[in-house]
Amino acid sequence: MSMYEITRKVVLNSASFEVDVHAPLVAKKAQPGQFIIARVGEDGERIPLTIGDYDREKGTITLVVQAVGFSTKQMAKLEVGDSFTDFVGPLGEPTKLNFEWKHVVGVCGGIGSAPVYPQLKELAAHGVHCDVIIGGRAKENIIWAEKFEKFCDHVYIATDNGEVGTKGFGTTVLQNLLDQGEKFDCCIAIGPVIMMKNVVKVTKPAGIFTSVSLNPIMVDGTGMCGCCRVTVGGKIKFACVDGPDFDGAEVDFDELMARQRFFKDEEKYVDEHADRICDLMRGGE
Amino acid sequence: MAEARRKPNMSPEKVKMPEQDPNVRNKNFKEVALGYTKEMAMEEATRCLNCKNPFCVKGCPVNVPIPRFIQEVAKGDFERAYEVITEENALPAICGRVCPQENQCEGQCIRGRKKGSEPVGIGRLERFVADWHRENGKQTKPEIKKNGKKVAVVGSGPSGITCAGELAKRGYDVHVFEALHKTGGVLSYGIPEFRLPKKLVQSEIDTVADLGVDFETDVVVGRTITVDELEEAGYNAVFVGSGAGLPRFQNIPGENLNGVYSANEFLTRTNLMKGYMFPDRPTPVKVSETVCVVGAGNVAMDAARTAKRLGAKNVYIVYRRSEQEAPARKEEIHHAKEEGIIFKFLTNPIAVNGTEEGWVKSITCQEMELGEPDASGRRRPIPVEGHTFDIECGTFIVAIGQSPNPLIRQTTPGLDTQKWGGIIVNEETNETSRENVYAGGDAVTGAATVILAMGAGKKAAHAIDEKLSKQ
Ligand SMILES: Cc1cc2nc3c(=O)[nH]c(=O)nc-3n(C[C@H](O)[C@H](O)[C@H](O)COP(=O)(O)OP(=O)(O)OC[C@H]3O[C@@H](n4cnc5c(N)ncnc54)[C@H](O)[C@@H]3O)c2cc1C
Ligand SMILES: Cc1cc2nc3c(=O)[nH]c(=O)nc-3n(C[C@H](O)[C@H](O)[C@H](O)COP(=O)(O)OP(=O)(O)OC[C@H]3O[C@@H](n4cnc5c(N)ncnc54)[C@H](O)[C@@H]3O)c2cc1C
Ligand code: SF4
Ligand code: SF4
Ligand code: FES
Repeated sequence: MSMYEITRKVVLNSASFEVDVHAPLVAKKAQPGQFIIARVGEDGERIPLTIGDYDREKGTITLVVQAVGFSTKQMAKLEVGDSFTDFVGPLGEPTKLNFEWKHVVGVCGGIGSAPVYPQLKELAAHGVHCDVIIGGRAKENIIWAEKFEKFCDHVYIATDNGEVGTKGFGTTVLQNLLDQGEKFDCCIAIGPVIMMKNVVKVTKPAGIFTSVSLNPIMVDGTGMCGCCRVTVGGKIKFACVDGPDFDGAEVDFDELMARQRFFKDEEKYVDEHADRICDLMRGGE
Repeated sequence: MAEARRKPNMSPEKVKMPEQDPNVRNKNFKEVALGYTKEMAMEEATRCLNCKNPFCVKGCPVNVPIPRFIQEVAKGDFERAYEVITEENALPAICGRVCPQENQCEGQCIRGRKKGSEPVGIGRLERFVADWHRENGKQTKPEIKKNGKKVAVVGSGPSGITCAGELAKRGYDVHVFEALHKTGGVLSYGIPEFRLPKKLVQSEIDTVADLGVDFETDVVVGRTITVDELEEAGYNAVFVGSGAGLPRFQNIPGENLNGVYSANEFLTRTNLMKGYMFPDRPTPVKVSETVCVVGAGNVAMDAARTAKRLGAKNVYIVYRRSEQEAPARKEEIHHAKEEGIIFKFLTNPIAVNGTEEGWVKSITCQEMELGEPDASGRRRPIPVEGHTFDIECGTFIVAIGQSPNPLIRQTTPGLDTQKWGGIIVNEETNETSRENVYAGGDAVTGAATVILAMGAGKKAAHAIDEKLSKQ
């Protein structure tokens, strides 16, 4: 099997898909919380993606990708048997999981299910009681509920339109649980930045430690460029080497959201001119 | 070819290097200096006095046999000249372009001692010979007998490449592991195309690959595989040439605003990711009409000149000391000035000011003056009370230095490092506190030069061979 070959692909909804990628060295070392960087094409962008699952025996890594712009849409075109041009990892620090915790809740926004999954699975394997709240716009955006069911005591679902589960956000469910007197030692919240910010608004007053996974723009992912810097506890951190997981109570989410917009216009342009750029990239110089 | 030995050419000046016109080149990414023709090279070569006791060689960190190769150039035997250079230097096309010759070989050349007289253009000749060989020379794949021993090299910058090449020549099975998707280290991601064409870097790396060295990209040692695991996998020695890639920031307010880059990010986007071709390539890089770069080393010059080429109208280099203390090569400062870069010496940025939406709109600078010499021997810059001013700009690039990346040290038990992160080595052998683990280049010294990194790689290779050949 060639390196970085896609061995399985499942289309999850109109924008997202799940793939297994053959990368034995990465699969051997992967830990919950870590990510990889993948490229499609010789001059392709370096795109960070969280490790959703890994199979050390088969040597594969599972990714869940949401096609939002030029590069993720290129990835969406890859089929079983195609290969990524580059695939490097595992990058970042593994999440610091505490197996003394008694009860942990995961809050996933959209494709955030993928990064939350290995963390809860690891905790559950060590006897920690886990619940998970999966939020999404509509039913099709609820990802991996059946995978969580295998080891979570409760799987709660929330959709913006109320198509399935509670009508509202993940935070609506979380707030309800806390109001009902549920106690959690830790909350693992991963999804869009605004969602993580809002989770912290709920958990911080309740005194629940909340681990979030930050997704600033990255280039190398090895600590070399500083593009991924975020402010945590008033200090500059490089998310690719110091994180990507941080204590949500300390993160400056507004700054992160502003920084994600640095290349908005340029991203829009390449997305709109994708066909021409692909032709140029195939044609070399 | 060979003509009768002429009398030395006593012209006080080097044969002029053809260059792209400053006002043309500051809009393209093609190489600035165009290189000597055969005739120019042969003429410049006749300026060398072929000294019995050549000072120039002492100034070269890898002791290239300078007068010997220059005599061959004078004779027109460029292939032989190439062979002479590569006895000691595996990457002559690169060194000829980026060595700080004025502090090294040329800094010692006897011809440059007299006031008003320039040294022999050793770098230019080295470059010429390497380029000539690439285009016209014999490409030979040497027959090497393998000795059955394996060495792992971490990082494919100049130190790693050199170490790998030296060991391969001696029959070792050498595997180079590189974190990025491309080999070359700073030569690929940092130094811009207009100063060091990437095609040429690749060609010099190919020469090393032809010796049988295996390059594996997308492997982050410490993450994908650790030094311990490399040893378990049967490598008899490991050389760490992981460079000094960790960018420093100034720690002033506003450094996380949109529009602030580290020079590493800015140059990596432009070079490694081909951002200079954006939007024909997808990785974006952008500059505003006015750009400020803080720092005055080679990295700052590269960032400023790159910003100009990306379309910035006004590019400032802001530096807290004076021109004399600027660490960049003279030639780079000269080229930057020609291209219209504006220098603000004795000026230190103290804040980046932003718009409400989080974009850079200006920087606030503190005027400085020079006080007493500091630990580095340079006069220390001190603020002039009450003298601050703003420069309006939308892009601010921080080029104030890099330190070694902590990953290897964090994941390699027993590896001793300096407080600032440099790996500690035995100066004779470049062996670290871990037996059979060697290190060299910027990872040991902090940000230095290509040729020093190569020298370290070579020294380590010799020490590794010395030790392993006894086992
Ligand atoms: C540690 C980490 C883990 C991630 N995990 C996943 C995951 O598991 N699944 C998934 O679908 N997405 C994940 N992302 C986000 C993913 O990397 C971006 O969606 C992707 O880079 C967008 O590129 P694009 O060209 O498709 O879209 P673009 O149109 O270029 O960008 C869309 C938005 O994505 C962000 N972005 C752009 N370029 C980058 C970049 N080089 N690095 C990071 N963000 C960028 C920006 O905020 C931008 O506004 C992760 C990001 C990080 C940093
Ligand atoms: C912009 C710029 C301009 C410069 N201009 C000049 C000049 O004009 N003249 C001059 O002489 N010098 C110049 N220098 C300095 C010179 O480039 C460096 O001193 C030299 O490249 C150091 O070589 P090195 O082999 O030690 O490391 P590097 O060139 O830094 O290479 C290190 C390599 O190791 C890789 N790596 C790091 N960590 C790991 C890991 N854990 N696993 C695997 N791989 C890893 C990196 O990705 C990189 O490819 C410049 C530097 C910069 C940044
Ligand atoms: S390697 Fe550098 S210092 Fe040595 S002779 Fe060549 S240009 Fe000069
Ligand atoms: S010191 Fe100058 S003149 Fe003498 S051998 Fe070296 S290059 Fe030639
Ligand atoms: S992505 Fe470059 S330092 Fe983190």
